This record gives sequence, C-alpha cells and structure tokens, in this order.
Amino acid sequence: MTPRKKKFKFRLYIAGDTQNSELARSNLSILCKKYLLNRSETEVVDVFLEPDRALADGVFMTPTLVKLNPHPVRKVVGTLILSPGLLQTLQLEGGA
Amino acid sequence: MRVVRSRLAGIAGKAQTGITGFDEITRGGLPHGRTTLLSGGPGSGKTIFGLQFLIYGAQACSEPGIFVAFEESSKRIVKNFESFGWPLAALQRKSFSFIDAQPSSELIHSGNFDLGGMLAALSAKTRQIGARRVVFDALDVVLSMLPDATARKREIRRLHDWLMVNHVSGLITAKVDAEDGIHLANHHFGFLQFMVDCSVVLNHRVNLGVSQRSIRVQKFRGSSFNEDESPFVIGAKGFDVAIARKADLGNGKASFARVTSGVKRLDTMLGGGYYRGASVLITGLPGTAKTTLSGAFAESSCQRGERTMFVSFDSDSGQVVRNLKSVNIQLTPYLKSGCLKMVSARNIAGNAETLLVHMKRLVTEHRARCLVIDPVSTLSKAGNELTAHAVAERLLDWAKFEGITLVCTSLVDEASNQSQYGAGTPLQISTLADTWIHLNYLVQSGERNRGISIIKSRGTAHSNQVRELILSDAGVTLADIYTAGGEVLMGTLRWEKERAELVAQEVADVGSRLKRVSLEAEEAILRVRAKSLQSELEAKQIEKALLLRTAQSRKREFAGARARMRKLRGADAPQQGRR
Repeated sequence: MTPRKKKFKFRLYIAGDTQNSELARSNLSILCKKYLLNRSETEVVDVFLEPDRALADGVFMTPTLVKLNPHPVRKVVGTLILSPGLLQTLQLEGGA
Repeated sequence: MRVVRSRLAGIAGKAQTGITGFDEITRGGLPHGRTTLLSGGPGSGKTIFGLQFLIYGAQACSEPGIFVAFEESSKRIVKNFESFGWPLAALQRKSFSFIDAQPSSELIHSGNFDLGGMLAALSAKTRQIGARRVVFDALDVVLSMLPDATARKREIRRLHDWLMVNHVSGLITAKVDAEDGIHLANHHFGFLQFMVDCSVVLNHRVNLGVSQRSIRVQKFRGSSFNEDESPFVIGAKGFDVAIARKADLGNGKASFARVTSGVKRLDTMLGGGYYRGASVLITGLPGTAKTTLSGAFAESSCQRGERTMFVSFDSDSGQVVRNLKSVNIQLTPYLKSGCLKMVSARNIAGNAETLLVHMKRLVTEHRARCLVIDPVSTLSKAGNELTAHAVAERLLDWAKFEGITLVCTSLVDEASNQSQYGAGTPLQISTLADTWIHLNYLVQSGERNRGISIIKSRGTAHSNQVRELILSDAGVTLADIYTAGGEVLMGTLRWEKERAELVAQEVADVGSRLKRVSLEAEEAILRVRAKSLQSELEAKQIEKALLLRTAQSRKREFAGARARMRKLRGADAPQQGRR
C-alpha cells in the first residue's frame, strides 16, 4: 500500500488568531485539498486554550504541524508555505 | 543548600538573586517583574546564574520559578548541577519547574513562526505553581531559527510584554561570540540589549594562562549599580562574586583586646601583642623565619583554645608541622584535637580569586578565629598582579569584617629589599596591614643572622629597636643586639661582645675585692698602731703621775725632816724675819 492511499492524520497547534496561525491553517487546508483530498483529518489545538497539551507534545513554537499518521511522526514549524521540502517531510510525492 | 537571607532583603522593585556579591552590585538584585539579559561566551556561567536565581527565589523569597531550557534537557541540567548540592529534585515538586523547549533536530521549518506555544505553556505553568521568576536559558537557540530581525524583535517584545503583564521577573541568557560583551551591540541579538531593562555581561578571559571570570552590569534602568567589572568564581556552591568592600565595613567594632604573637619578647616590643582582629604582615627574604613566626602565632592561638587555620602555599602541611617542631612549636596535638586546621594550598588550583573563595569557604567551615597565610605573596603568582592586589585587599577586608586575626607572611625579593624594606611588598598590602614586621638578614664576619624589626603597628606603642631573632630547639626568642661604634652586632659577634663584657666584669669584680682586702689590712695595721700608741701614752701618763707623786712626797719628807731636826736641836721656832 502506498502512502497515497493511507489516511493522513494531522494535529495543528496554533496560538490564538495570530497572523502566523491563520496563515498555517489556510496553507494546510490548501495542501490537503491539493494532495490529500478526503484522505486527511486535522485537529486544531489552540495552545492558549489547551496549554497542557502543548506542553505534553513539546510544542513551543507556533504554528506547529504534527503529522501523526502515517508513521513516522513528523513535526513542521512555521506557516507551512508549500515547498518541495515540506512535501518530502510529509511524505507527499511532489506534484502527484 | 543552607539559605541565608541577606541584609538586602526586600528592596522594593528588586528580585534578589542570592548570589554573593551580585545583590550588592545591583543594590538588591535583578529588576522585579522585568526582563534582564545575561550574555556571555560559552562556559561563562550563564546557566548556573539562572538556576541560582530561581533556586534562591524558590527557597528564600517564596517566589517559585520556571526554567525554560532551550539548549540542554532538564534531565541533563539536573544531572550537571548535582554537584552543587542544590535541592532541585525537592523543589521541583512545588516551587520550581522546568520546561523542556529544545527544538528537536528533526524539526522542519516552513515559513514564519512565533513563540506563542511557549508563552501558552509558560502561562499554564505559572498558574500551576504561582511562578514569579522565569529563566529563558539560551534563548538565542530559538531566536536564530527565526527568519529575520523583525521576527526576532517581535518575539522578544512578546516575551517582554508577557513578563510585564504577569509581573514575573525574567532572565534571558544568550551566547555571544565575542570575548567581550562590548561588541554585543553589533551582534545578531544586539537589539536585545536595548530592549531589556537590565543587562549583565559575563566574561571569561585567559590572562597569562590563568582563567579569569568577571561579571559586569551594563545597564539597569531606574537603579544605581556598580559599573565596574567584578571578578567572580564558580565555587562549590555556585556563583561567588567578589566585591571590593563589604557594604558595612567599618562599623566601629574594632577590638582593644590583644592576642599574643607567640613570642614573649615580641609581645613586649609590640606593647602587648597584636590587636584582636588585626591584619599582621610579616615580610622578609626567604629563610628569615617568617613561617616560624606565624607558626608561633598559630600555636599560641591554639593554646588559648581558639580555632585556627594555617594555609600554607609553600610546603606540605606535614612538612610545616615537622619543621616547626624543630623550634619547639608543637602543632600536632592541636591538629589532632581539631582546633587547628592545616591547609596546603598548593593543591588548590586556579587564579587568585579562586584561592580567595576557597580560603573563605575553608575558614568559614572551620569557624576559625585566627588565620595564618604563608605566604600571601603567592597570590601574585596566580594571574596578574593587579587582580592579586585586589584579592589581597579583599582578603584583609574580609578578615577584618569577620573579626579574624590574620597573620600573613610575604616574600620580598632581594631587589626590593635593598631599597630599605622595599617599596613595599609585592602586593602592596603593607599599607593595609595594621602591623608590619620585617625580618632581615645581617651578614657580618661570615655569618648570617636574623634581625626583626617592627616597621609599623597601628595604635600600639612599639619598640623602635631591631632585635635579633634566635631560633633554637627550645623555641623562638629575641635578643638585644649591640651597637658598637655605630655598627650592629649580631650572632657570634654579639656573643663575643657579651663574653668580653662578662670577663671584664669579672676582672673588675676581683680587682675591687683585692683592693678592699688590702685596704682592710692597712686599716688593721693602723688600728694596731693606734692601740700601741695609746698604750705608750698611758705609760707616759702613769710615769708622769708617778713622777709628780714622788716629788711631792719628797718635799713632804724634806719638810718633816727639818721639823724633826729642829726639835732635836731644840731650836727656836722658825722666825719669819730671817728670811
């Protein structure tokens, strides 16, 4: 089974409605639409509302995207600007 | 760790650090509820400073703290700082907390980010333990990940605002590449200095092969502070910042009590001994019995039952004890009873500052009332002379403040000795010492003899005379020296002179006895003669009396005979007219 067929599970940590957080959210949704149509599930965690979860996950920089599934778990910090590097990290074949 | 609240406790607007000396420099500590930047090169002690700040807050000021570790994991920090004996584990349960915020190496960056997550975590922790202090250790690690200066500034501001709003005292540590913090302004994070309320720079330099640490407060908004660089040491208990003077030195508790120097005649020369709590300096060339004199002092202190410490830089403590035994200074019993502590400082490595800190700690631990440092001039070997002088000065100040009677010896070299007692000692502490005793050699007719003189002794009447110092297996004594024809006689010459005087005295004694005897004889003769003359006189007087009597009796006889004849002749009564 190729990763393409797998269901992707993301957790996005954001800090309120700051500019970076908004950007990350929209970038992620664009990315999911483009590469993972109906194959992804994203949980958004606001660190100000749930700081303990951020602590538990060791998230100190926002926004942080955690790819929980498929393994391995990967963390990406930043506004998730689309780039070959980002796609590679998330194991999404470039332009597939 | 035993925590003693310092005298500066509770100064408004300041968060005490509990770091010896630093609170004095900053007049009370770091700015409360504000941001402080602590910058320094690698290994300059930033993390230690931060931890100490938090631990003191948690233990002594009831200000719980959070340590945000960007570089090292909390586990490693706890492990690394085990040796300081700080109760990190015990504190961690209620008033101290770590936040591990090391960016993982696998972290991928994609575009802009901020420290919102950290602030959220901080807020949560702060609410949880009621934190009043936060240390951001190695904030530069995350800052360098931010894409540009604007982002960095924005994040610092965010941090700053968070601290202000939450009334939390923040300490940010950051690495600087430059040896000196001066160039920090041009640095990557130079703007940090302008944003924070207080900036402290740690330096770690190597001077002539000796490491030297110093701390300097660069700015402190709204407070006065000591602007100079102050040397510091990372000792067994953490930071120890050296400050020039104890804040309340000279509180007028100078003692009038005297303590013996251990040499009876020296006490007499000093008008009763050293003052208690005084600093005594014994200078001299090598081998002039400086150690012996200080040993005598140590012995006499122990005899009084005072706890004493003997710091020897030159030789092993065992050797010192053995050597002093040869002049009947017995230190062994006191060593056994624990009254005396011998420290061989040869195995204390480090610069003068480190030595001072070590000595202070040892003395405090031993609760010593009397301290001997032999020789203090060693300090100038460890590092540069300027530092050593400052250290010696602080040593004296400290001893005085603690009321410890300090006897230190100092080696003077041949050159400085020639200019009559030198221009001073290598460390120039002669001006600071209360009593200055100088030992000298006098080379005369193939002999080297020790001379002792008191150059100064504040507040005591002291002898102006040079005495000869005599070491024998009976102990240390002083002898008067002879001045003959403007020359000072010592050693054999003095002995010869003494012998000669003794002989002359004897001769004079015998002579006068002889004279007396002969006078007595003459007197006796005269007395005899007077007696015989008296007898002769008496004989003459008797003779004379006899003569007189004979003449009278003859006259009487004669008159009687005529009367009888007339009677016999029947003659007429004698007629007057016939005559």
